Amino acid sequence: MARKVGICAIAQTTYEKNKWGARFQEMALEVLESIQQQTGVDFSETGITMSISVSDDVFDARTISDNAMTDVLGAHLGCEEKIAQEGIQALYYGLAAIQSGHEDVVLIVGHCKESQGKSRNMVTHLAFDPFFTRPVGLDFCAAAGLQAQAYAMKSGIGDEELARIVVRSSENAVKNPMLPEAKKLTMKEVMASPMIADPIRALHAYPVSDGAVGMLLVAEDRVKEFTDTPVWIKGVGNCMDSFFMGDRNLASNFALKKAAQIAYKRAGIDNPGKAFDIIEVSDQYAYQQPMWMEGLGIIDDGKGNEWIKKDGPQKNNVNISGGTLAGSPLLLGGLVRAAEAAIQLKGEAGDRQVANAKTALAHGVMGPAGQFHSIAVLERG
Amino acid sequence: MNIEKDNQFVIEGKLALPYQYFSGRTGSRFLIRLRDDKKINGLKCNACNKVFVPPRSTCEICGETIQDNWVEVKDTGTVTGFTVVRYSEPHQPVKAPYILALIKLDGADTPFAHIVQGIAIENMKVGLKVKAKFAEKTTSTIMDINCFMPAG
Ligand SMILES: [Zn+2]
Repeated sequence: MARKVGICAIAQTTYEKNKWGARFQEMALEVLESIQQQTGVDFSETGITMSISVSDDVFDARTISDNAMTDVLGAHLGCEEKIAQEGIQALYYGLAAIQSGHEDVVLIVGHCKESQGKSRNMVTHLAFDPFFTRPVGLDFCAAAGLQAQAYAMKSGIGDEELARIVVRSSENAVKNPMLPEAKKLTMKEVMASPMIADPIRALHAYPVSDGAVGMLLVAEDRVKEFTDTPVWIKGVGNCMDSFFMGDRNLASNFALKKAAQIAYKRAGIDNPGKAFDIIEVSDQYAYQQPMWMEGLGIIDDGKGNEWIKKDGPQKNNVNISGGTLAGSPLLLGGLVRAAEAAIQLKGEAGDRQVANAKTALAHGVMGPAGQFHSIAVLERG
Repeated sequence: MNIEKDNQFVIEGKLALPYQYFSGRTGSRFLIRLRDDKKINGLKCNACNKVFVPPRSTCEICGETIQDNWVEVKDTGTVTGFTVVRYSEPHQPVKAPYILALIKLDGADTPFAHIVQGIAIENMKVGLKVKAKFAEKTTSTIMDINCFMPAG
């Protein structure tokens, strides 16, 4: 059997709407220094031998934005990889590099400053093709509107339930020290916020966010050199759906179901409804929280609305961190979810700690209307 | 006074690169038919019995090459989903608010995204029958269909 891979340290900057006074290299350095301080790791032959950066050229407004960080990543003297996808994919790469025997100690650092561009929608617009989908003005927000409408028709979810999701997220967010700008929202405030892409209201959408996140991944046999409380990566899975949204059934969760199936099989999860003490899903928009929970098979298909009404998110410990809704950059959503899940499993979550959390699920999503999903199952060491 | 943040600044920049995209053998043919004849064509996978609009040369379900299997579809169809875009961005083709819909043309199996006009937002619904209104000026893109309007 392949050797296990442990998350030995987790570090994050705060997530804020506009960290104008921090360069992305500086945010990444803050993360690296925290990881070094936690573990004593360095870039020597027995330290980090592979760095994986997560970045996006358009958000950074410079190509090959990872090569601007060689000093931070130590990569000018070693192996460097880049994820230009959902950040949770860095866990996948790191896991593969270690399980294959190529590496023992892998650094992951993701950064994104959404605030640098004039508009996040203008960035996501570029994900579409120039002949058929860009000309009609598509971006991820409009695509989410199409999916939200399809999911509302399927599940019956309405304005009040969507507002409940946002209010709970804001209540959790104020307990998360990584979100200094979080403030408690009321049902009235959410329901009075303007529609942006029906049925999505302005406060149903995650805020523009800047920040960085990182982890240290280490092979089983060397984990003890860096921590007494590792978190094991038990299984990962991902799936990419069709490019054209009309080729997909937008409310079907097709790709997410497949991604979950693969991850559960690898992690030995038979009953996802009962398996997880902590669940962190990438809810960029409020409707996605119950919808992704259906796709993950943790609640029954089409039952997301009922689940919200019955206080399901609280009972299932979903997004205790506040979730993506409370603020993490698009690119890093899933990696931040994994970071928050791992912090819980290490027992380092402070005011938001869930007692005796042993198994967690972290989820990331990328592309318009949930085209790509990636999942990691984590377990306390 | 914030000593730490004083005497620090941001500089203005812009990502702007004129660019040419090859529209592809399949895409070119679709767009030429649309531009010159105001006809909408799809590509059919005979193995999957599915007509794709927009067209593509390979069926992603079974991997079959389908680039020669052109079939004409109608310029009428049904709205399978929609949203109302109420925010404004420079990449939008019309002024917000506007209706962005997924439209399954009669004869096609895959809906595609386009703008619906000629109906009040509050009357918009899934299942609405629509008809293409062709553009007067070509852009050699899908906007050679100006928008869809309620049919009949
Ligand atoms: Zn086929």
